[in-house]
Amino acid sequence: MSTTRTQRKQRSLWFEAWRRLKKNKLAMAGLLFLALLVVIAISTIIIDIATNKSYYNDHVIKQNLRLRLQGPSKDHIFGLDEFGRDIFLRMLWAVRYSLFMGTIAIAMSTIVGGILGAIAGFYGKRTDNIIMRFMDILLAIPSMLLATAIVAALGTSLTNVLMAIAISYIPTFARTVRASVLTIKDQEFIEAARALGASDLRIIGKYILPNSLAPLIVQASLGVAGAILSIAGLSFLGLGIQPPTPEWGSMLSNARSYIRDGWHITVIPGLGIMLTILALNVLGDGLRDALDPRLKN
Amino acid sequence: MTETNQELIRIEDLFIDYETDDGIVHALNGVSLTLHVGETLGLVGETGAGKTTLAKGILRLIPDPPGKIKEGKIWFEGKDLLELPEHAMQEIRGQSISMIFQDPMTSLNPVMTVGEQIQEVIRNHNPELDKEELHAWSCAMLEKVGISADRIDEYPHQFSGGMKQRVIIAIALACNPKLLLADEPTTALDVTIQAQVLDMIRTLKQELNTAMMLITHDLGVVAQNCNRVAIIYAGEIVEIGDLRQIFKRPTHPYTIGLLESIPSLAKDVERLNPVKGMMPDPTDLPPGCKFAPRCKFVCERCAQRVPDLIDIGDGHMVRCINSKDTQSYASTRE
Amino acid sequence: MQETRELLRIEHLKKYFSTPSGILHAVDDVSFVLDEGKTLGVVGESGCGKSTLGRTILRLHEPTDGKIFFDGQDITGLDKKRMKALRRDMQIIFQDPFASLNPRMTVGQTISESLIIQGLVDKQDKRSLDKRVAELMDLVGLAPRLINSYPHELDGGRRQRIGIARVLALNPKFIVCDEPVSALDVSIQAQVLNLMQDLQDSFGFSYLFITHDLSVVKHLSDEIIVMYLGKMVEKAKTSRLFANPLHPYTQALLSAIPVPDPDFPVNRILLEGELSSPINPAPGCRFAKRCPKACDKCREADIPLKEVEPDHFVACTLVR
Repeated sequence: MSTTRTQRKQRSLWFEAWRRLKKNKLAMAGLLFLALLVVIAISTIIIDIATNKSYYNDHVIKQNLRLRLQGPSKDHIFGLDEFGRDIFLRMLWAVRYSLFMGTIAIAMSTIVGGILGAIAGFYGKRTDNIIMRFMDILLAIPSMLLATAIVAALGTSLTNVLMAIAISYIPTFARTVRASVLTIKDQEFIEAARALGASDLRIIGKYILPNSLAPLIVQASLGVAGAILSIAGLSFLGLGIQPPTPEWGSMLSNARSYIRDGWHITVIPGLGIMLTILALNVLGDGLRDALDPRLKN
Repeated sequence: MTETNQELIRIEDLFIDYETDDGIVHALNGVSLTLHVGETLGLVGETGAGKTTLAKGILRLIPDPPGKIKEGKIWFEGKDLLELPEHAMQEIRGQSISMIFQDPMTSLNPVMTVGEQIQEVIRNHNPELDKEELHAWSCAMLEKVGISADRIDEYPHQFSGGMKQRVIIAIALACNPKLLLADEPTTALDVTIQAQVLDMIRTLKQELNTAMMLITHDLGVVAQNCNRVAIIYAGEIVEIGDLRQIFKRPTHPYTIGLLESIPSLAKDVERLNPVKGMMPDPTDLPPGCKFAPRCKFVCERCAQRVPDLIDIGDGHMVRCINSKDTQSYASTRE
Repeated sequence: MQETRELLRIEHLKKYFSTPSGILHAVDDVSFVLDEGKTLGVVGESGCGKSTLGRTILRLHEPTDGKIFFDGQDITGLDKKRMKALRRDMQIIFQDPFASLNPRMTVGQTISESLIIQGLVDKQDKRSLDKRVAELMDLVGLAPRLINSYPHELDGGRRQRIGIARVLALNPKFIVCDEPVSALDVSIQAQVLNLMQDLQDSFGFSYLFITHDLSVVKHLSDEIIVMYLGKMVEKAKTSRLFANPLHPYTQALLSAIPVPDPDFPVNRILLEGELSSPINPAPGCRFAKRCPKACDKCREADIPLKEVEPDHFVACTLVR
């Protein structure tokens, strides 16, 4: 019996989850890597604002055909691309698109999907049926195809790409939230709140959602990885971020034709995508373990 | 009642810890116990007292990590179980010593028929048997626990809670073990079903001459089923004796408190007289007597050292330095 | 005997659930009266409908048929808003002190939730809110330092005290106690039972005490209902029920309880089989299948409750 029954420091379930997460070295490495990416993204934005984009224009998108496809050297540690631009700098400037767009797209689908799932799970019956069948239809369309269709129809702009990805992820989140709402809904503390006369809105907001956040967080962290891949994929197909703006997917796509001339111009953006996805996935796995109450103690 | 006084298992000074993030949980702190052939010992204590740890410790089923058997000896058939290699232990589990767990709902494998599950344990310990013999044996076991042998090919979900517990008992007794560790076997059952199951266990036990350690928090179940009783508190046996010694002359303040806590059908009491407070934190046990902070007979000496189990007559052992006072209190209580 | 006033009257209450395999008769024609300051025990085994009865009375389930009068008012047809106001007077304490508290709320938040939802204390008025919470915690014996603890840090007994404080906050007249102590260890169970008794003495609550534990119900109740598969099979004053149980099920139930006294005469009536299903029950006595004394008459039609002596009702053909 490992139940302890005296008072320790007060700590919430979130705090304990964080304590468990900290012990997971792999997840912490992932978190660290992501934190580095965030710092990079923010620094590049600050540089853009401070220099009024002149640094960006001079070093990131300015072509220098004389030095094209040059391999890594002391001046350019990742080498230069097919237009003679510094791959290292382009990688750094591209971080914001992958990271922020992935995050924003997932945030949008988490909110919309979460609300839809919560409503479906809480009210059940017909409401549930209507919402979830609609989700099933969305789910039946391959997400890449859906995104391609949306972008192709509405044109290639940043917002359209975001929208396309966000929409294709909504069903996943709706399902996750609905499933956890269904299990929480029947718990006695919900009944207790009802017996106190709490309104539906209060029950959803204060009782159900906080308790169904854990699987949602895990799903979201894995979802960001998927969204980054989708953005890269769309760019690769030429439907995402347009050149000359640096973006990992389009960098990879453009480098394709020069794969025999310089290994570095495909490998570097590929590695960037891979490491980011890996970091998000190990973090997501770590979060799942940390938030799973079965592993408590 | 015990036919022979032959010793079956002797536990000496068993210490088991769990190493958790919050510190070391001292689950068992020097438990010594002896069980005789054919006897039923009731092990009574509250949640976290170490009842289940003791049973799992005997079978060496403590998950490690976090559990650690720190020291002690468990003598069974002339061997110390704690020194045996794992494969020898596997032979003992289910064969000589078997265990029944509390929850009949989760103790059975949902994708195997009950027949297969009974046969599994028989086959493990009798690999020479062929299919027919196994089948016959498992049918006989089912009949023994009061289930028609026709149901041998059914799955656990086709049985009710009481029936599942019967199947579990059939599995536990299939190899005619010498010792059965029953961890709250009827707690999850309704009273009328509990009565059926306990009745069945009693009959089978007599027939097979199995010794049993009945772990429970229900003093009523103990009073009707056991020969001897051990009261466990914070990982220590605080009182042990014959059934009548414990119920008629309870001497440890904790035993007295437990008996005063239960509303009785036999007597009318206006107000219950519970033990105050709660079990101590097992990571931070008080020095000396672990019950001292909750005890109404406490004196300064109680906190100084852990009291020994003292024989106060006829094998009735009590871990209390004030046993004279408590005994006179208990006798006025009636 | 003091003069008592009727607080709750249940008339022919029914609650059926439709399931894929048929209509489940969870509560089937239950009637009783509960007076102010009294405790009515409801006893039965799992699946007998006792918890559903408690929840239906509070209209956490909508009754299928029957009437519920609370304080003289028929509450079966009340709309949500009027029901919310009534919830202040009728409350429930749950069995499972682990599942019945929101794991993301601290002790203080859980208790203030009652006050806020019912508008008893102004949400902005932090000070009077804190003061009231502190009072309530003191009343149920929770140390003030626990105010910011989360339920998962506390043991069962303390959690159950939170459940009680949450209910006390509203100062209700009537409390459904759904197995409030069955999940607790005996010494803690006794502490909580004493607390509930003290609170009844000081505030005059009426309890509907639902349990499977006959010794607990005997200790607390003034009157007891025995239920079997949704039906009331016997109802009597506590002392009468224990002295003279008339229904064969009550007799078997009483004999099955293990009494913590080795000298107590064991005279067990062992029942055959287990509870049958409450789905589409056959007419006649629900207990007939397991009853050692059943005859053909028992299986013909439902057996009505008969008053065999003052205030002692039994539904059995054998009893005249």
